[in-house]
Amino acid sequence: MELLVASAVGVLTAAGVYLVLRLRTFPVIIGTSLLSYAVNIFLFATGRLAVNQAPILRDGVETYTDPLPQALVLTAIVISFGMTAVVVMIALGSYLSANDDHVNQREEGQPDSGRVDEPDAPRPGDGATREALQ
Amino acid sequence: MSLFLIVALPFLGALLPGLMIEAGRRACGLTAFFISLTAFVGLMTHVPAVMSGEVISAQVSWLPDFGLNLNLFLDGLGLFFAMLILGIGMLVIVYARYYLSRDDNMGEFYTYLLLFQGAMVGIVLCDNILLLLIFWELTSLSSFLLIGFWKHLAEGRQGARMALTVTGMGGLAMIGGMLILGQIAGSYDIQVILQNREAIQSSELYIPALLLILLGCFTKSAQFPFHFWLPHAMAAPTPVSAYLHSATMVKAGIFLMARLWPVLSGTDAWFMIVTSAGLITMVLGALIAIFKNDLKALLAFSTVSHLGLITMLLGVGTPYAAMAAVFHILNHATFKAALFMSAGIIDHETHTRHIPALGGLRKLMPVTFTLATLAALSMAGIPLLNGFLSKEMMLETAAHLTLFDSHLLVPVAATVGALFSAAYSFRYISHVFLGPVRDDYPAHPHDPPRGLWGPPALLVVLVVVIGVAPFLAEPLVMQVTAAVLGETAEVPNIHLAIWHGVTPALKMSGIAVVGGILLLLAYAPLSKIWEALPRPEAKAIFDAIMDLFVGIAGRVTRALHNGSFTMYAAIFTLTVTAVGAHAWFTGETGAATRALLPLEPLPLAGWMLLVLATGFLCFMHRDRLLALVLMGVVGVIVSLGFNYLSAPDLALTQLSVEVVTIILLLLALNFLPNRTPAESSSGRRLRDGLIGIVAGLGSAGLIYTIMTRNFAFQSISDYHLENSYKGGGGTNVVNVTLVDFRGFDTFGEIIVLGIAALIIYALTEALLGGPVRARLLNRKPDQLRAGDAHPLMMVVVTRVMLPVVLMVGVYIFLRGHNEPGGGFIAGLIVAIAVVVQYMASGFAWADARIRYPYHGIIGAGVLVAGLTGIGAWFFGKPFLTSAFGYFRIPPMEEFELATAMGFDLGVFLAVVGAVMLSLESYARLARRSNDIVSDHAMDIDPSRDDAQTEGQEG
Repeated sequence: MELLVASAVGVLTAAGVYLVLRLRTFPVIIGTSLLSYAVNIFLFATGRLAVNQAPILRDGVETYTDPLPQALVLTAIVISFGMTAVVVMIALGSYLSANDDHVNQREEGQPDSGRVDEPDAPRPGDGATREALQ
Repeated sequence: MSLFLIVALPFLGALLPGLMIEAGRRACGLTAFFISLTAFVGLMTHVPAVMSGEVISAQVSWLPDFGLNLNLFLDGLGLFFAMLILGIGMLVIVYARYYLSRDDNMGEFYTYLLLFQGAMVGIVLCDNILLLLIFWELTSLSSFLLIGFWKHLAEGRQGARMALTVTGMGGLAMIGGMLILGQIAGSYDIQVILQNREAIQSSELYIPALLLILLGCFTKSAQFPFHFWLPHAMAAPTPVSAYLHSATMVKAGIFLMARLWPVLSGTDAWFMIVTSAGLITMVLGALIAIFKNDLKALLAFSTVSHLGLITMLLGVGTPYAAMAAVFHILNHATFKAALFMSAGIIDHETHTRHIPALGGLRKLMPVTFTLATLAALSMAGIPLLNGFLSKEMMLETAAHLTLFDSHLLVPVAATVGALFSAAYSFRYISHVFLGPVRDDYPAHPHDPPRGLWGPPALLVVLVVVIGVAPFLAEPLVMQVTAAVLGETAEVPNIHLAIWHGVTPALKMSGIAVVGGILLLLAYAPLSKIWEALPRPEAKAIFDAIMDLFVGIAGRVTRALHNGSFTMYAAIFTLTVTAVGAHAWFTGETGAATRALLPLEPLPLAGWMLLVLATGFLCFMHRDRLLALVLMGVVGVIVSLGFNYLSAPDLALTQLSVEVVTIILLLLALNFLPNRTPAESSSGRRLRDGLIGIVAGLGSAGLIYTIMTRNFAFQSISDYHLENSYKGGGGTNVVNVTLVDFRGFDTFGEIIVLGIAALIIYALTEALLGGPVRARLLNRKPDQLRAGDAHPLMMVVVTRVMLPVVLMVGVYIFLRGHNEPGGGFIAGLIVAIAVVVQYMASGFAWADARIRYPYHGIIGAGVLVAGLTGIGAWFFGKPFLTSAFGYFRIPPMEEFELATAMGFDLGVFLAVVGAVMLSLESYARLARRSNDIVSDHAMDIDPSRDDAQTEGQEG
């Protein structure tokens, strides 16, 4: 069981890091979400694993799983939602303003380097604006 | 008056001038003056005690573990400097009131001045070297503000920056020196350190400590080779120069050398370094001063020279020399402040400080002439003025000094220094005031109002009184010298007197005065030669060094911070992994101590699903919609896993957060491209994949090792389990931890969540207020729209479901204290119920039915949680202490009420508000003003039959 959890953490971390290293905002955001899962499970697992020992006090039950990591992870889950929401908004804002969803600044010393002409990149906003103006 | 109050008054008072300027310049100046006066009077109340040899101290423990205590003490030395700082401070405040023009922000000026004054008083009164360092840095910072007060002048800004760089650098060195000193002495309290002369001087760390501390003192007191910043600081308004460069800032280094004199002085290293630096500075400063054409530059270099003189005296290490140094500090402060103020008057009245443009002011400005002449003659060392007395003592000391095995070196250098000093003093008098009256002054000069000449006049009176009747200053000088010497030596039994007979010092003095006059007579040709000589330009060298460092810093920054987020992430991941690997391979891990849980088929199936979904996600992530679906799968499995592993609360939270996250990402994807283009090469993908695998292996290995071992130390979790019911009144330990044990954390967290939502709202507003709005309005959907925007079945079901879901939410909330649930989960569930209404029935429909703005709900949540916590105060308990009790209202069963429930209600409201505000903000981006929304669930397309709908409504 421990091996399953550990390998799940590993797989989620690897995938998260891989996606965070992509060049567009959306995969980076998905990547951070995967990393959040990995980190949350990691923190949770530091309390050691237990089955059927939920930390709900019952008469006659003596052993419970560690409640502390659970409390910490619970707020972490909610906060990571808040963080994701802000990051997505920033990504969205920059895409809507600059029509570019690259995460990297392109070339040194080029002030408007966010905006790069790329034939293969879909640019719906621009097209729509142009059509609407005509 | 308490010593604390004396130090605190200028700092507290610094708040006032900025406000009082509203009441006028006069009120502003008076306020600053009375603040200084109060502190000065408070200081004076201690004079009788200190003069009788007492040491007054005041102590408060601040951070005793670090040896940092708010200890102050007042002895002769501290009193002397504090009197100079506050006394001359008052004169400068009066002077500045008349000097500053209407364009200058006087409130700002006095604020900076009082901050500086407070920092200086702090330095001279504090009894802890760590505290001293804090005040030391405060003087650097506040003097930066003062020197650069005229922000429109490039020289002012550059001078301020140079002063800050040099003195700040010295300050850094001094921190190191002071820490070493404290380590050797075993205490950071100055009075204790002063008792440990032998221990410190015999320590092998004495030399490093000495060098670092002297670096701090020399930079602050402008000693060679750090003297160059002081003349550039002359771009400051003249009151600042008069204050900083006569009695305060530059004397801070001198003060510290005098303060630590008992423990640092007397060694060969001290003698060689301090005396030579002082001697070089004295001669060099005086030489440069002679040929300066700017009045203030002349005074600046003369200050450098006199500081060198004092430093040299402190370096000698004999009681007599220390006494001469103390006396000269007093004399220099009086005549130099007066001279700076006179220079300011001349600048103010003639609109120039250029000496060749001046001359003949004697008749036009008789008062200023008298004051400046007396002060300058004192500086030249003419009898019956105070400068003469201390200069005699200096020459007397120098006459018997052997440096570098030479009996002549010091006496000759000292005489030459005094000669140059006489020369520039005479030049100040003759080239500015004497000679014929000119008709080409930039402005018509006349004596200034009393406010400007009053302060220097007071100082000149002191110059003359001390000069004529030195015995008046004797008790003070004796007491201060005793404080400087500490217990190392007896105060020399001599009297300050004008006439000591024809001593070598008098002969040297005579040579200096006559030589000075001769030099002045030959000024014109000498000046030509001086101009023709090649000289290193300190500012150019300084700028070149700065450019070099800025260049290096820029290159490093550009290389590391090149705008590539991907690179930062990669560097971060690899660094963390490398540090972790280092710890892993150098540390030790014990053997596995925990039995593994058995492997069962159900979790194995979940695990396979998770790995498959994650794997697909990596390969298929370009299809963004599919990526979201796969992410949802992962999220669901994670929540099921939490449930399986005895964490029902986590499972519920993860599941509901998963729902809102997916909705949020869908809303965002509405505006983003649906596919990620393939851009990176396969080599790059391989590299990123490898980085990911390395990170994954690291985290998996680490958590596996943790899980197979028991806690190395006793965990605090047992305490939570034991006290959850007894102390918190709840059986759900996780919830009790959140709302009770760690309530303060949770309180912070809901605030963070609320702030995140407000950021999203603000960003949306900013976007909709800009050019993006037009683009959004004209946007063509990139996918086919559904024929029925609000599907019938969904509308009906969601509306029927709403009360049910709300009830579930309330149920989850209420049972949270004892069963899985609570404010976080209930908040998420209720938010989902409301969001679903937006999705099914349309934004406008739902929005029209929301009575309370979401901002308000967030605020109410934080407020309710905070007030619940504050409630504990009324029962004399700390913030967020909870209470609970059991009640029975027939015919219901007994139930529990806990204040934690009020707190949890706050959490609930904040979560609802934050989630709703975020999602609503996203949705508003897509909203158009012409959206038509029907009240009728049966309308598939309300725009089709608009008139009829409205008719029915009417």
